[in-house]
Amino acid sequence: MKISMIQDTDRSKVIGRRALLLGGGKAVLLSALAARMYYLQVNQADKYTTLADENRINLRLIAPPRGRILDRNGVPMAVNQENYRVLVVSEETDDLDDTLDALGNIIPISDRDRTRIAREAKHRRSFLPVTVKENLSWEDVSRIEINSPDLPGVMIDVGQSRSYPLVGLGAHLLGYVSAVSEQELQQQASPDPLLELPGFRIGKAGLERVYDLALRGKGGTSQVEVNSVGRTIRELKRDDGEPGVDLNLTIDIELQRFAAQRLGDESAAVVVMDIHTGEVLVMASTPSFDPNAFNRGLTGEEWKDLTTNPRSPLTNKAIAGQYAPGSTFKTMVSLAALESGIITKDHTVVCGGRMYLGNQTRYCDKVHGALDMKQAIAQSCDIYYYDVARRVGIDTIATMAKRFGLGSRLDIDLPNEAPGLVPSRSWKRATYGVPWTPGEDLNAGIGQGYLLVTPLQLATQAARIANGGFAVQPHLARDKITGHSTEARDFSQFPSLGIAQSSLETVVEGMTMAAGPGGTVYLNRILDPAMAMAGKTGTAQVHHLAVSEHRLEGFRKIESLPWKMRDNALFIGFAPVGAPRFSISVIVEHGGFGGQAAVPIARDIMIEVQKRYPPKTAQQQSEPCCGNGHAHDHDHDHG
Amino acid sequence: MLMAQHRSFQFSRSEMSLKEKLWHVSWSFVLLIAIVCSIGFMTLYSAANGHMDPWAARQMMHFTAGIAVMLAVAVVDIRSWMRWSYVLYGIALVLLVAVQIKGSVLKGGQRWIDFGFIQLQPSEIMKMTLVLALARYFHGASYQEVGRPLFLLPPVLMILLPVGLVLKQPDLGTAMMLAFSAAALLFLAGVRIWKFAIVIAAAGAAAPVAWKFMRDYQKNRILTFLNPESDPLGTGYHIFQSKIALGSGGVFGKGFMQGTQSHLNFLPEKQTDFIFTMFAEEWGMVGGVVLLALYTLILVYGYALSMKSRNHFGRLVGLGLTTTFFLYVFINIAMVMGLVPVVGVPLPLISYGGTAMLTLLFGFGLIMSVYIHRDVHIGRRGASDDV
Repeated sequence: MKISMIQDTDRSKVIGRRALLLGGGKAVLLSALAARMYYLQVNQADKYTTLADENRINLRLIAPPRGRILDRNGVPMAVNQENYRVLVVSEETDDLDDTLDALGNIIPISDRDRTRIAREAKHRRSFLPVTVKENLSWEDVSRIEINSPDLPGVMIDVGQSRSYPLVGLGAHLLGYVSAVSEQELQQQASPDPLLELPGFRIGKAGLERVYDLALRGKGGTSQVEVNSVGRTIRELKRDDGEPGVDLNLTIDIELQRFAAQRLGDESAAVVVMDIHTGEVLVMASTPSFDPNAFNRGLTGEEWKDLTTNPRSPLTNKAIAGQYAPGSTFKTMVSLAALESGIITKDHTVVCGGRMYLGNQTRYCDKVHGALDMKQAIAQSCDIYYYDVARRVGIDTIATMAKRFGLGSRLDIDLPNEAPGLVPSRSWKRATYGVPWTPGEDLNAGIGQGYLLVTPLQLATQAARIANGGFAVQPHLARDKITGHSTEARDFSQFPSLGIAQSSLETVVEGMTMAAGPGGTVYLNRILDPAMAMAGKTGTAQVHHLAVSEHRLEGFRKIESLPWKMRDNALFIGFAPVGAPRFSISVIVEHGGFGGQAAVPIARDIMIEVQKRYPPKTAQQQSEPCCGNGHAHDHDHDHG
Repeated sequence: MLMAQHRSFQFSRSEMSLKEKLWHVSWSFVLLIAIVCSIGFMTLYSAANGHMDPWAARQMMHFTAGIAVMLAVAVVDIRSWMRWSYVLYGIALVLLVAVQIKGSVLKGGQRWIDFGFIQLQPSEIMKMTLVLALARYFHGASYQEVGRPLFLLPPVLMILLPVGLVLKQPDLGTAMMLAFSAAALLFLAGVRIWKFAIVIAAAGAAAPVAWKFMRDYQKNRILTFLNPESDPLGTGYHIFQSKIALGSGGVFGKGFMQGTQSHLNFLPEKQTDFIFTMFAEEWGMVGGVVLLALYTLILVYGYALSMKSRNHFGRLVGLGLTTTFFLYVFINIAMVMGLVPVVGVPLPLISYGGTAMLTLLFGFGLIMSVYIHRDVHIGRRGASDDV
């Protein structure tokens, strides 16, 4: 009894001590739990809160509707078309196959589509919709809607796709939209998240590309709460973003249509612009293409046809075509001569049909006799300009040409604008390493040689001559748009080129006289004096022939030459004479003589332009109109 | 008068009537347990998105049944428990072997035995009976006897047999709990501390061998535990999501029924093993600490009630079962917080599940019995009037 009592006390001590130790250990471990809780829920709370939100919140982008492109009168040129699709959510069907069978009775579903749908439905989560068919007609949509009670899980969805209702008309200006390429995504440092939306399309060419940001708008977002398998529980927040803005152009689509039809099958370009504001009313380049084809995707064959066509339908010749200006350049040579004071407007040269320079002989297309500058412009005498160019020299001419917008990009709101080329002595030395020759001065005098211009530059040059020497800049968008912001343009900002009015008047009068008797435009002039058009023709060699040879070529019928070797026909002009408002440039590739191929086109278009936009004050002068008779006169131009 | 009544109880404790025994139940302890269980009902209600079904209502039934079992266990004389302890242990061992032979396969392990009217987890029964059996073994042992290595052989076998069987199921969590609570009991019984050191060292040396015998999912759990964020969508998913839920709960939590991680199903097993995470996501650190404090209070009660016992067997049983309870709490909470590998131990009194609830309340019943019969003197062989 006693021993057991002692033992018991002994053991009591041991168990008491050990219980204390054990309890202490437990207290330490429980404190560790509390410390860990503090670490997770206080120290790391922010990190885990973010992670929890990332878990449950899905940010979904909402693509804004793309802005339309409208002509100056609000006629839509690029619009968004509603694209009806039928989708099926397999989870909501009783049996996917049964539903598809029922749907198949309403709209045909091919076996291939059936296989694809079954595959997609199997791989995706059952609450995500699978596209059954796209581009449904309204009729199909209504039939599906009516039968919806028998079609569990079937729904109609409206998407938007870009459409160009005018097809080829203005295609070069509009460009097209297409899916974003991997390369384009990588080019940008922080790409707009919209670009990563499946099926999102951006402007790839033309105005669609230049004003892509404004047209695209700003993407909205929808914050949705999702559960662990990705099912949407509810929408937490929604920001609809900003729809793309409508782009208003300066183009008049009716005039554009008229011009395109007037150019017909020619490989040609025409630009009409307001000489005071720089608004481009017409910019046509033929042949054209259908931008809708790019949106739906071109077949290899279609692409090959477009790229190998010798008349290059994909090129906007109005800005990217570079041509020797031919005799249209005589306006620049004249201004350079007058402004430099080397000759006066009364400087007279007697054209004997030929001229000698060293051992070379240069010819004129006829014997003009004694001419002053205005007459030389009107009749486009080469001998006169050989003489003037020889006196003035290339560098003075080049400086003047550049002031009128030649030789560099005009920064019109289109991509792929070509700069053209205005040569100079230093340019030749830098490029070819040989000095400029006097013969090259003569070539420049008649707009041949190294010179290259675009139709847009020609129209701008004509506008700057006609508007009293102001550096008007051409543009296509009515408003000034940078990025997403839009502001009105200020047309009073064009600086003066600082050309003496007397010099400009001389050239303007010369161009006006061209439409008079003996002038290069006379045959195809506008007969209504209220719409009278002044101008300068040009015929530019494309096939470089020896001068003597060319002289002989000049007498051959152009029809006997292969198309590719025929001269380019050019024309620059403005109207109405007296109070000019519009300038025009026309180029017909391999059209032959400017007076024959380009002027009639310019005449018809300028009549149409002035009909649509009559001057605001009533015309004082009025002459009986005689229509646009074609006199059979053997007056033609050769520049 | 009051004093006299008290004295009379003291003298006649061994022969108390049922009414007297019920009077001696620590009702404040029962209330404490009921409070913790109520937190469980509330959390289960939230886990079902504001529905009593399928968990909260059934858990209440488990609790009601468990309380009845607890009181029934509490009023049974502590000497009877001692007398029957080896037999109960033997039955539990037989059942463990039986699940090996005729167990229904669930969750990749053989753990359940189906008697038709009730499904039993013999490993849960073993948690109780192992403590009883070991307490009985050491009840009669003097401090000197405990010091003899040969004397320790039978209890070590008594531990290793069930631990081995449970590991074979395989149920790492339960095996760990059995081993740890048995070790705690040996420690309390006075086994020399250097012997524990040897065993720990030996276990460390045997770890590579054990690794070879582990199932792939067990290996993965340990690997994941070591670096859970390395593979957040694979095996580390559970722990990673659990930590996100806890951390995003912050100090004050997201509010009742507002836990995003749990309600949007990012959190796995939110009604069972990861219920603490769900609770702490909705109630924040404040809620977590309050719950931890309640558990600590239960442990303090367990200690206090056990140490009141004047017999060695009672103290060993009480302290041993309190330690078992502690292990539930610690392993589960440490597991969901990424401190120990995920081993599948429920949060006691809160996680959904009938067997765990019954086992735990059975255990509290034993502690209660120890307390009610605290003045009973038990001789070395188990008789009340031993010399």
